[in-house]
Amino acid sequence: MDSKFGDIFRMKRYSVFAVAREAARYHTGWQRAWASPEPKKKYDVIIVGAGGHGLATAFYLGKNFGITNVAIIEKGWLGGGNTGRNTTIIRSNYLQDPSAALYEKSRSLYETMSQDLNYNVMFSPRGVMMLAQTEHEVRGYLRTAHANALQGVATRFIDPAEVKKLVPIINIHGPRYPVLGALWQPRGGTARHDAVAWGYARACSDMGMHVIQQTEVTAVRKEGNRVVGVDTTRGPIDCDKLGIVVAGHSGVMAERAGFRLPIESAPLQALVSEPIKPCMDVVVMANTVHGYMSQSDKGEMVIGGGTDSYNAYTQRGSFHHIEETVRALVETFPMISRLKMLRQWGGIVDMTGDRSPILSKTPVEGVFVNCGWGTGGFKATPGSGWAMAELMAKGHSPLTEEFSMFRFREGKFIDESVAAGVAH
Amino acid sequence: MLTLHCPYCGVHADETELASGGEAHLKRFGPGASDEDFEGYLFMRENPKGVHFERWRHAYGCGKWFLAARCTNTLEVFGTYPAQSTEPPQHVRDAISAKRPGWTWREFS
Ligand SMILES: Cc1cc2nc3c(=O)[nH]c(=O)nc-3n(C[C@H](O)[C@H](O)[C@H](O)COP(=O)(O)OP(=O)(O)OC[C@H]3O[C@@H](n4cnc5c(N)ncnc54)[C@H](O)[C@@H]3O)c2cc1C
Ligand SMILES: [Zn+2]
Repeated sequence: MDSKFGDIFRMKRYSVFAVAREAARYHTGWQRAWASPEPKKKYDVIIVGAGGHGLATAFYLGKNFGITNVAIIEKGWLGGGNTGRNTTIIRSNYLQDPSAALYEKSRSLYETMSQDLNYNVMFSPRGVMMLAQTEHEVRGYLRTAHANALQGVATRFIDPAEVKKLVPIINIHGPRYPVLGALWQPRGGTARHDAVAWGYARACSDMGMHVIQQTEVTAVRKEGNRVVGVDTTRGPIDCDKLGIVVAGHSGVMAERAGFRLPIESAPLQALVSEPIKPCMDVVVMANTVHGYMSQSDKGEMVIGGGTDSYNAYTQRGSFHHIEETVRALVETFPMISRLKMLRQWGGIVDMTGDRSPILSKTPVEGVFVNCGWGTGGFKATPGSGWAMAELMAKGHSPLTEEFSMFRFREGKFIDESVAAGVAH
Repeated sequence: MLTLHCPYCGVHADETELASGGEAHLKRFGPGASDEDFEGYLFMRENPKGVHFERWRHAYGCGKWFLAARCTNTLEVFGTYPAQSTEPPQHVRDAISAKRPGWTWREFS
């Protein structure tokens, strides 16, 4: 990759030799991973929001389309939104064909992301298991397994004995919700969320793009119905094209651009326990009792909770959801009843009516929007960026066609309320 | 925890006692409406970071629907009022103006 910063900022590759070299000189030679430049007067493309999706969009604009005069503007710090707050589950076992195409593209990009970015994102395809704990769920997941077979997504329905073999700590004979089977995706898993944002930021910076943090986009400037730039807390910046990729704040940004979105924002929570010895090496989701759990490399049990039922922008969520989540999980995983919980946090998720995302042109010329990933967009980060970059560069993309913001008017929903099941 | 005052039975109810019912003061469109009006009614919700009006039900209390004015950013409650109201009553608007001068929400201010 060509660097536009000159020699000082040309990114040296991370490798085992680099570690050895730096070890020999007391680690004095490591470079900053990305630059913190002053904003220019004008860019070809401005992306609002340096979460995973915004950064991935910029990355693929450069890598796939050679567009590198790009700024990614972030009001806080990069990856500080939902990207740094999620429970990092990656899977692609959705029901509808357009979703399967997008999520499976994304999952497959995770397989080589560490090599592609020269940054260890710790992708761990440890397997994702979605428990069936009612007859309806069994039928639903059998249907999904068949749909996945037709879509070329490798999943299968497994019986309770296999569930128990894969997850010895599970209680399959729970009194209220016995485990009747599970939808199993062996190449699903987790990745390090911060590293995904950092890896993309480093690669974008290396291509000469500007990652501008601590700068809020406060208004969208238009001439007629065409975008010409934005106002920010550090002054106006011009652009030819604008990508709005701000997750929970999509409604706020759309208003600033002068259109409406079929989105509502609410807090979603997660929590982690104290670290314990390795006890579960797959991801388990229990949609009926509403909880999901995996074990981090540090040994903490990472637990996803519920979404508040009302609109809010407080990044914490209501406390009673924690009690409900943990109460439900204790029934299926009795051993966690003795665990102390260490911390809890929340992120603002952007929910659409059909629980599918929006990757779309907007009523304003030159403005594109990528949002509506709601409770489950971390898994989609690379695929979303890939598709959004194509949409912004060419004006259309086979991956985004069905995900237009205008689909609601036409009744062309991509209904994933079953596959999305719980917040994940 | 969010606490709302039920305007019917007078109870200060915790959110676990309540069921949220989404945006208040919706104008309903049906057969014969334009595509845009129908889409707006079904899908385009107000999603403000700030003053918001909502429907709530005192589900584990008197069971009745009421309306609430609330800030989605601070969770401050400005007031609650009966579900039969077609627009926010003056005392609720005044309570909002005292804390959020210049507020607007759809056609209300
Ligand atoms: C608790 C929790 C658990 C989750 N678990 C999972 C999971 O297990 N698996 C999964 O796939 N997904 C999960 N998700 C969902 C996932 O986190 C999100 O869908 C995804 O990270 C969204 O990425 P993003 O880049 O679009 O948004 P974000 O990372 O939120 O980035 C948007 C950025 O835009 C910035 N911004 C907003 N407004 C402005 C402005 N005006 N100017 C400049 N910048 C602005 C914000 O500061 C933010 O950094 C979870 C979410 C939460 C909250
Ligand atoms: Zn009551």
